[in-house]
Amino acid sequence: MRWLSKGELFGYLSLAALLFLVFPLTLDPFRLNLISKYLCFALVGVGIVLAWGYGGILSLGQGIFFGTGGYLMAMFLKLEASGKELPDFMVWSSTETLPWWWEPFHNFFFTILSILVIPALFAFVLSYLVFKKRVGGVYFAIVTLALALTLTVLLVGQQGYTGGANGITDFRSVMGWDITSDESKRVLYFIHVVLLFAVMGIGAYIIKSRLGKILIAIRDREDRVRFSGYDTAMFKAFAFTVGALFAALGGAMYSLQVGLITPTLVGAVASIEMIIYVAVGGRLSIVGAVYGALLVGFAKSMFSENFPTLWLFFFGGLFIFVVVFMPNGLAGVLDRFSARKKGQRESGLNAVPERTKA
Amino acid sequence: MSFDIAVMQIFNGISLFTILVLMALGLAIVFGLMGVINMAHGELMALGAYVTYMVAHVFERHLPSLMGVYLFFAIIMAFLVTFAFGWILERGFIRFLYKRPLDTMLATWGLSLVLQQAYRSIFGAQEVSVPMTKWLTGAWDMTEGIQIPLNRLFIVGLTILVSLGVYYLLFKTRWGLRIRAVTQNRAMSGAAGINTNRVDAMTFALGSGLAGIAGAVFTMIGSTNPLTGQLYIVDSFIVVVFGGVASLLGTFVSGFAIAQAQTTLEFLLSGSMAKVAILLMVIVVLYFRPNGLFAARVRQ
Amino acid sequence: MADTILAVTGLTVSFDGFKAVDDLNLSIDKDELRVVIGPNGAGKTTLLDMICGKTKPSAGRIEFKNADLTKLSEYEITRAGVGRKFQTPSVYDDLTVLENLEISYPKHRGVFGSLFFRRTREIGDKIRAVAQDIYLQDELETKAGILSHGQKQWLEIGMLLMQDPELMLLDEPVAGMSARERDLTADLLARISKGRSIVLIEHDMEFVRKIAHRVTVLHQGKVLSEGSMDQVQKDARVIEVYLGM
Repeated sequence: MRWLSKGELFGYLSLAALLFLVFPLTLDPFRLNLISKYLCFALVGVGIVLAWGYGGILSLGQGIFFGTGGYLMAMFLKLEASGKELPDFMVWSSTETLPWWWEPFHNFFFTILSILVIPALFAFVLSYLVFKKRVGGVYFAIVTLALALTLTVLLVGQQGYTGGANGITDFRSVMGWDITSDESKRVLYFIHVVLLFAVMGIGAYIIKSRLGKILIAIRDREDRVRFSGYDTAMFKAFAFTVGALFAALGGAMYSLQVGLITPTLVGAVASIEMIIYVAVGGRLSIVGAVYGALLVGFAKSMFSENFPTLWLFFFGGLFIFVVVFMPNGLAGVLDRFSARKKGQRESGLNAVPERTKA
Repeated sequence: MSFDIAVMQIFNGISLFTILVLMALGLAIVFGLMGVINMAHGELMALGAYVTYMVAHVFERHLPSLMGVYLFFAIIMAFLVTFAFGWILERGFIRFLYKRPLDTMLATWGLSLVLQQAYRSIFGAQEVSVPMTKWLTGAWDMTEGIQIPLNRLFIVGLTILVSLGVYYLLFKTRWGLRIRAVTQNRAMSGAAGINTNRVDAMTFALGSGLAGIAGAVFTMIGSTNPLTGQLYIVDSFIVVVFGGVASLLGTFVSGFAIAQAQTTLEFLLSGSMAKVAILLMVIVVLYFRPNGLFAARVRQ
Repeated sequence: MADTILAVTGLTVSFDGFKAVDDLNLSIDKDELRVVIGPNGAGKTTLLDMICGKTKPSAGRIEFKNADLTKLSEYEITRAGVGRKFQTPSVYDDLTVLENLEISYPKHRGVFGSLFFRRTREIGDKIRAVAQDIYLQDELETKAGILSHGQKQWLEIGMLLMQDPELMLLDEPVAGMSARERDLTADLLARISKGRSIVLIEHDMEFVRKIAHRVTVLHQGKVLSEGSMDQVQKDARVIEVYLGM
């Protein structure tokens, strides 16, 4: 068992070169900031690879975790931007005092801790209970979709506490450090890329570990795994929780770098979009998912700048095409291509398209 | 007074109920019998609504004398067009995904995006509505305080008729027998000389056609825009799952329960909190009865 | 009886009113190889399903080493020392033979244990030994999905061996095997039955005669007859059920 296949190694190296050298050296601040935005979704994508690609758990509600991470970070940023005043949107909707649960978010470290803990904890409790009941597959997907919808409705409805449909925006600084200048955006970009590689590393470690094998086994034959003495619900919940944690990080980075968070990023549409990033890149490939997020994000920006009406045609068509004909995404295609070149029949885990139950 | 409000309230719930049941029947057939989750079902409903709109338009311009009966024609057209469209979809790509239910969800969601954009390009982003048929305007004064709009009565009747029709089709005809045979044992049915491909296509088309009827009914209580389907899709899923996928009666009862709960809660709470309450309630119920309310205990 | 490992008493389960297993009593000794036979629908597989926790009984007790298995979930039963092989071979097609066996190794079954798992020499040796036992020593790197039907049956038995269960439940382990594979499997069973108890379902009487210590005949969810193969075959009720006379 090698640590990385040749294709994967190439993927990681080329990605590192792009993100650390090519993009920062060639792109103007506006474009580089767009890349940051795509990378937020790449973080989510790595988690989706774990949960969906390996664990067979399709969540149509990753926006819940992305959004929670984003809103938690936004609360901190908003409080700091407002200084001693009440945040502006609260004033507009005539909320008179700061709600008690906003108070702790004056503290940056509490905020970070909450981003790491709250979404993951929620994901774990929810998914463990549901998986323990043997609810899975499409039912779980619908439950997550319904929850994403619920949270959106709640965020829009509670305007005085959440900023309503407009979300929370107008951030200035983190502990006195101005985050709006081009210079600091560049610094944030590099922090983000490092974070992304760390997350990719963790994901790759999980996949290569015994736990990764068990996830595949669960995806293919969950009942058998139980009879090998595993509490499968716990393993699935773990994969889902890690996915939620990565999504929350993505959301937090989004607030920080894009400068706003809105209920649309939580909802069903955004959640399903996050799935397509992974579907395009390859649900079994971490590096593929990151490329998927970059490519689809880039395509989205191109289309909405040039042919906004065509975007949905393209996006929907891409979705259908990829899911039907390229179930393992670009990574799967490249894998098969290189396998054929070497004259091998099968290569690694990444070449099992048809039988994947998901 | 409060009794009157209660009765009116129930009737408000009933128009939501008709849409949900017609939508959910189609979904339940496609999901329960074929295991296909069709995320574009809402857009098929919108298709039915747009077909109704076009038929109304044609009648208004060319056959104004027949405007009184255009609705019947429109309902049939809505059914036929979505039926045919469903057939094409099944042959076009759904059939490649039978072994991959989660992928079907994603692919059909992609389809829903394409359709939404298509409606926007063809009909515009604005809402369109159909003229109300004369004999359906007005209301039936049940008592002093209770007025029930005739069009509501009409759609309730239509929904019951369609539901009975579906029941008859599935359980009393040879064609229904064939569908059930194929869904229970594909290989055996094939061996017994049933053209399983054809049955699959028919089943999916029937489910789609029902969405088309739901769309036609929808035009009588609201205006249509490209995102109309999105409003109902998740609710319809919840109805199907809540009722138990394999049970038509379950679909009917859970459609009624959810529509009533929703409108009642909307009356008591704000709209958004009602939605939240319903969704959470359904999740809790499903937690305790994961196979829906009407599932039988079967040997695995 | 000190050397009873499994005691089933009053076991009953019904599906929609149909009693698949009806007030069944059964007791298995340590180191015994028991074969359960019976016509289709006699409740053989359902019995194994209940012992290993796949199906929950409506009434009755299943005592295994002083624990009541009816109160445990599948993975707890497995951890208690019961291994189950299913009728249709169920192995992990996307994993190699080696990985299939490794996953079945009975330690590091927790989330974090498996996350930081390292294959030690001891585990490697065990995997190779088991692979040797099940005639798959040359297929360690092969994906399980492309093994032959018989090899998959062996692999699943090997996965149980990795767990080192005190009680093995085998559902038709030679179904779909060639004559030669059957002989090899009989050898395999003779070897692995040393030091553990096995309950095995089988239709092939030739094969049963070769391996069984004792035979239990089920009919309509109840025990019809029990004893050595010869005793059972002479039992008038058994003849009636099998030949319909």
